[in-house]
Amino acid sequence: MGGFLNSTIARKFAMALSGLFLVLFLAQHFSINFISVFSKDVFNEVSHFMGTNFFVQALLQPILIFGVIFHFVMGFILEAKNRGARDIKYVKFAGNENSSWVSRNMIYSGLVILAFLGLHFYDFWFPEMIHKYIESHPEDAARYYDELVAKFQSPVRTILYVVSFVFLALHLYHGFSSSFQSVGWRNKYAKGLRGFTKAYAIIIPLGFIFIALFHYINNL
Amino acid sequence: MKLNLKIWRQENATAKGKMVDYPVDGIDGDMSFLEMLDILNEQLVEKGEDTIQFDHDCREGICGSCSLQINGEPHGPDKLIATCQLHMRSFKDGDTIYIEPFRAKAFPVIKDLIVDRTAFDRIQQAWGYVSVNTSGNTVDANTIPIEKEKADESFNAATCIGCGACVAACKNASAMLFTSAKVSQYALLPQGRVEATERVQAMVRQMDEEGFGNCSNTGACEIECPKGISLENIARMNREYLAASVKG
Repeated sequence: MGGFLNSTIARKFAMALSGLFLVLFLAQHFSINFISVFSKDVFNEVSHFMGTNFFVQALLQPILIFGVIFHFVMGFILEAKNRGARDIKYVKFAGNENSSWVSRNMIYSGLVILAFLGLHFYDFWFPEMIHKYIESHPEDAARYYDELVAKFQSPVRTILYVVSFVFLALHLYHGFSSSFQSVGWRNKYAKGLRGFTKAYAIIIPLGFIFIALFHYINNL
Repeated sequence: MKLNLKIWRQENATAKGKMVDYPVDGIDGDMSFLEMLDILNEQLVEKGEDTIQFDHDCREGICGSCSLQINGEPHGPDKLIATCQLHMRSFKDGDTIYIEPFRAKAFPVIKDLIVDRTAFDRIQQAWGYVSVNTSGNTVDANTIPIEKEKADESFNAATCIGCGACVAACKNASAMLFTSAKVSQYALLPQGRVEATERVQAMVRQMDEEGFGNCSNTGACEIECPKGISLENIARMNREYLAASVKG
């Protein structure tokens, strides 16, 4: 596998697969979070299931964390090689004439998402792990909604989340459709698929923004 | 037409280069870009200065020699043409034009605007061909029926002139479009399928060894390619390579 990952194409293939996996995870994360807009009880019930189910906690969660770390590490490896491939920069480079800003700046949108993940883990994941596995509090199935809502009482945090989701949209706008090219999937359905990926890249982050603003405004 | 040219001057491969201003007058819109540089060089000769070195050969958009980055784009602002086919009518009187060599670590500058593109030759030499036994038993290629659609796709891939515009346009200096065109022109034909696994592995290995960057799918290469080589070829090469990796 190490030898396979030495090649340019294989690295991009691995990057695409990990990206597609994270895209799937985003849809699942959004679906659960969106429930909080409609029903406190159902949100608590689903969150309790996700937070206590052995399969989710012991198998899916480590795979997800590996997927996230792999995607970022591989992104940095690819970026380092790309920067080294042009040792002397152009005095004038008209990138906008032949490509989109988002496609050329995936590393920067990715870095914003990485910073956001730091905040997100600080807000939710670390407290959750400490609550369950370090302090070993008795499980309270009704706590999840209140914990979520409490975080969006801060306008600064809400703004940080909204800005991060805008960058997530930019990252997905190029990354989702690009991943199919990297795995070699390009046929008569490619145009339709590209439309779907662009819509997904806008709708899902917009949905996350709506959830953050909904809870912030609801608590004013 | 009066122009202000900003041209990359570099004495040799190891010297440090810089942009130098060259005002030039009397340029006609019907001149090609290379003719405009010829005029400038004549003026430099008259002044006893060192002429600007640039690659050119056929001046018909076939050989792929004229590799110039003009105002930040390979082969200039017009599409589907090489630098030699670019006319000065694409510019306005008083314009400032930046002229630089194609930039990539794998394309080191030899002098001024001339770069060493033998990295492409080595990729081609890695397996960019079909092995044919020429011991007297060679079968005429035309006896093998090939679907028109496949033949056209293969032909389109084969129109790549290896100019390096794809590398120059790519923010990562990736050679994926060039290599994929060479892989595709054979992968699409039954004659090329025989060695398809070995070919894609050898050519991608050589491409990586040359130090080109990764493909970020920005599509800049396809837009700037003077022959309109499609990104479809990169997807095909990805498929070919991944399938070859599974086969081992």
